Amino acid sequence: MTEQSAPTTPRSGHALELRGVSKTYGSTHALRNVDLDAAWGRVLVLFGHNGAGKSTLLRVAAALIKPTAGSVATAGFDADGHAGRVRAATGYAGHGTLLYDDLTPEENLRFYARLYGVARPEERAAEVLRDVGAERWAQRRVRGLSNGMQKRVAIARALLHRPALLLLDEPYAGLDVQGRGFVDAVVRAVAAGGGAVVLSAHDPALAFALDGDFAVLRGGRLAATGEAAGATPDEIAALLSAPAEAA
Amino acid sequence: MRETLRAALTIYAKDVRLELRTRETLFSVLAFAFVVAFIFTFAFEPSPQLIASIGPGIVWVAWIFTAVLGMNRTFLLEHERGTLDGLRLAPVPREALYLGKLLSVVTLLVAVEALMLPAFLVLYDLSLFNVWFIAVALAATVGIAAVGTLFSAIAVHTRAREVLLPMLFLPVALPVLIGAVSGAREALDGEGWGGVGGWLQLIIAFDVVFLVLSSLVFEYVLEE
Repeated sequence: MTEQSAPTTPRSGHALELRGVSKTYGSTHALRNVDLDAAWGRVLVLFGHNGAGKSTLLRVAAALIKPTAGSVATAGFDADGHAGRVRAATGYAGHGTLLYDDLTPEENLRFYARLYGVARPEERAAEVLRDVGAERWAQRRVRGLSNGMQKRVAIARALLHRPALLLLDEPYAGLDVQGRGFVDAVVRAVAAGGGAVVLSAHDPALAFALDGDFAVLRGGRLAATGEAAGATPDEIAALLSAPAEAA
Repeated sequence: MRETLRAALTIYAKDVRLELRTRETLFSVLAFAFVVAFIFTFAFEPSPQLIASIGPGIVWVAWIFTAVLGMNRTFLLEHERGTLDGLRLAPVPREALYLGKLLSVVTLLVAVEALMLPAFLVLYDLSLFNVWFIAVALAATVGIAAVGTLFSAIAVHTRAREVLLPMLFLPVALPVLIGAVSGAREALDGEGWGGVGGWLQLIIAFDVVFLVLSSLVFEYVLEE
C-alpha cells in the first residue's frame, strides 16, 4: 500500500476546509454551520451517532452534494467553481460499493479508470487490485464476492486515480479483523504519502489507533475537534453521548 | 470536447457490456413491445386498407410505450445499484454522462425497433423496410431518447418515478411523435422527400434543440 498514496493534485492550505457549511433537506438540518479543517499527511476521524451528519459532510466534501450555505475547499480548489478538480483530487468510498454487480472487479476498475482518465487503465486496475489483495477474485462477478472483498474493491476504486484526499464513510463497518487491518493499512499509507484521509466511524478507539485527529458531530453541529494524542477514548465517548444541542 | 466524448463512450461501452451480460432491459421491453403489437390484432380485422391507414400509428404506439419503459430504467438501474454516485463522482463534464446514457438509450431503442420489424410484417403484413420510413424512425428515436434520457434522470430522484417519466415525457415529445407518425404514413404511402421531408426536418430540428438544451441543463438535473 504505497504507490497509490502519491497525490498528483496541486495542493495548498488544508486538504479540506469547510467554512460555515450547512445542508438542509426540506426541514431537516443535516449540517449546521460547520467549520472544519483536515490537514495534509493526517487522518481525521469523524465521530457521531447515526444521523449526526457524518455521511452528509463526506458527501459535501466529495462534491457529491452542494451545501445549502457555506464554502468547501478541497486540495485548494473551491468546490463551488471547480467541482471537476475537487472530484479529481478526491477518492470517495461510501456505504454502497459503487460497483456494478454483474461486472468483475477488473471490469469495474477498468471502467472507472477510463472514466477518470487514468493513464494505462488496464495496468492501473491490475495494480490496485494487487494492492488490495483482490487479484484472485479479479475475474469473478462482484455479486459473488463476500462483503469484505467487495469493500476492498470499493476502496480500490476510490484509490484508482491516486487521489490527494481520501474520504471513507464507515469503512470498518461489517469487516472482520483482517478487513479492518486492510483499511488501517490503506489509511496509514495515504497519510504517510502526504495525502489526507477523512473517515467516519463509531469506535472512539480508532482515532487513537490511527494516531489521527478527531471531530465529533452532534445533530449536524461540530461539537468538538482535537488530536487523538490530546484526549482519551473515554473523553471522545463522553462527547458522543452528550445531549445534542437544541435546533 | 474530446474528454466529453471519451467519457461518454466509456459509459456507453459499460452499458452495452452490462446489457449483453444480463439482457434484463432488452428482453423485458421487447416482450412488452410484442404484447402491445399482438393485442392490436384482436382489436380489428387487419385489412390492407385499414393497415395502410392506421399501421404507422400502431407501430409508434408499440415503440413509444416500449421506449418509456426502457428509458425509465436508464437511470433507475444506476440508482438501484447505487452506482449513480460513482458516475456523479467522476471528474468529467456532466454532459458526458448525459451523452453516454443517450447513446445507450438510442442503441436499446433501435435494437427493439429493428427486432420488431419482422413482427409487424407477420402480424399485419406491414413491411417497414423502406428507406424513408427508416430515416424518420431513426431521427425520431434520437429525439425520443434526447428527451427521455433527461427526464429519466429527473424522475429517478422522485418517489413516483414510474408515473413521472411518461407524464413529463409524452407532452414534451409530442412534436416528434406527430412528426414520426405523419412521416411514417407518408413514407409507407410511397412518398419520397416531397412527402416525408417536411416531417423529417421538423424531427431533426426537435432533436437538435433538445440535445443542446438537455446537455446544458443536465448538470443541474444530477444535483441532489
